[in-house]
Amino acid sequence: MAFVIAPMRTRLGRTLAGCLGLVLLLSGCAKSSYQYDWSIFFNSIFRPDGFILAGVWLTLSISVISQVIGIVLGIFGALGKTARLLPARWLANLYVWFFRGTPLLVQITFFFFGLSVTKIYTWPPINLFGLTIPGEIQAGIFALGVNEGAYMSEIVRAGILSIDPGQLEAAKSLGMTYARAMRRIVLPQAARVIVPPLGNEFNNMLKTTSLLVILGNVPELYVTFSRKNGSGPTSFHPFELFLAAAVWYLLLTTIWSIIQAFIERRLGRGTAGERPASIRERVFGLTRPDARTIGTITGGR
Amino acid sequence: MVQVGKDLLATVGGLPAATSPIVVEASDVHKWFGHNEVLKGISLTVKRQEVLVVIGPSGSGKTTFIRCVNHLEKIQQGRIKVNGQLIGYREDANGKLVEDREKNIAMQRRDIGMVFQRFNLFPHKTALENVTEAPCQVRGIREDEAKTIGMGLLSRVGLAHKSDAFPAQLSGGQQQRVAIARALAMKPALMLFDEPTSALDPEMIGEVLEVMKELAREGMTMIVVSHEMGFAREVADRVVMMDDGQIIEDGTPEHFFTNPQHERTKTFLSKIL
Repeated sequence: MAFVIAPMRTRLGRTLAGCLGLVLLLSGCAKSSYQYDWSIFFNSIFRPDGFILAGVWLTLSISVISQVIGIVLGIFGALGKTARLLPARWLANLYVWFFRGTPLLVQITFFFFGLSVTKIYTWPPINLFGLTIPGEIQAGIFALGVNEGAYMSEIVRAGILSIDPGQLEAAKSLGMTYARAMRRIVLPQAARVIVPPLGNEFNNMLKTTSLLVILGNVPELYVTFSRKNGSGPTSFHPFELFLAAAVWYLLLTTIWSIIQAFIERRLGRGTAGERPASIRERVFGLTRPDARTIGTITGGR
Repeated sequence: MVQVGKDLLATVGGLPAATSPIVVEASDVHKWFGHNEVLKGISLTVKRQEVLVVIGPSGSGKTTFIRCVNHLEKIQQGRIKVNGQLIGYREDANGKLVEDREKNIAMQRRDIGMVFQRFNLFPHKTALENVTEAPCQVRGIREDEAKTIGMGLLSRVGLAHKSDAFPAQLSGGQQQRVAIARALAMKPALMLFDEPTSALDPEMIGEVLEVMKELAREGMTMIVVSHEMGFAREVADRVVMMDDGQIIEDGTPEHFFTNPQHERTKTFLSKIL
């Protein structure tokens, strides 16, 4: 493995060559008569048309519903993995093993095309409150949710394991059943540990919805901008359009990070901090992250 | 010194009605952790309103034993009955122990209060919420009623002013007093104390013992695993000494302080007194 022990000089040379290549590529673009039209970029952000807004809305809706499904499945998955009953553990392990171990793109394809082609389930459109939800969106939400559930299982399990077993014992000694003790005592405390990685997951989810592009009929953000690139006055302006799409995604994830800070603050109730960090401090990173904000509980003082 | 109010039990309607003169009846209890036998045939009875203090070196099985009394630990042989009822198990047709259904075990635990060495308060709930949680959730008592009872108990243990504090904002002694109030709120017929003062700073031990003494005075049946010999001398009706999974001596506090028989007891007492 020559490159591992390559002397500094060669690595520097490699980097320089890379930079040079990038410059050449960009200038090549400029030479190849690609005309930047930055108004497309700015209009897509500051004066979005109905398609873009619909795309934002769809991306958000799919993400939220899929994530909720993922959380619910994740709680069951985690309880299954920590269950005393062997078949429950098997089932949960099988679920997590399979859906974490196979590509999401394959799962999406299978759930929609695979099931409908074989006529196992053809995903007929559903009418909900006067809104027609096409099969592609249903299948997309289903696939994303089931996939997310596998990851959430591990996150929720980690949260449960982080709680002192004495909590479950105390709850049991007061006459609570396992289910009630989990619901009232363990899971609410585990939530504090779960939320930061859950934030990661939902952030990912917002962007991963773009994989639904392969289903064709799901005009979320990414698809909307791809279509714009292929039709009308915005045709063949991929840089401006996809940069604008990136800004939209960034906006969504930013809003989410603020919401996440709120949730963490709310769940921080009962931790040993003198004063919880304000949202502004959280979002802009003005306070040093402290272990107690994610829920280490000290016994006494 | 913390002022412990009188009539701790009056706040929860007094002692539960007597169902039998014998509250705890353990006979030939054996327990193994893997190949390690930690209880080697424990037999003892605790009468109603009796205060039993269990002493013994660490690893002698005393904590394991009281955890068996509310079935936080399984046993492999023998029987433990509380108020005449087999705890955690039922006997099948051949007289073999079969673990009971979870729901039934939970039902039995309602009447057995437990106080832990590490308090185990619910950190996401205030002191008052800790006390009202089980009465509301398990006994189905109305919230306002549970709050009245909870405030009554908290004020009796000297913590009315801390009802809205979270456990992390309380000292160890305060936490343990909340934990006792939490257990009492379920109106238990029996209280188990698992080294309730071992995790406390020395100056906080007194306030917790005060509450326990008051409980004993009011006639609560108690099993206390503790090395607080002052407490044993003052309130225990009986002391048992455990060593290596067995009860090696059983007697009144006077017996232990003046005339212990067993060599092991003598050396043990000489070290802790």
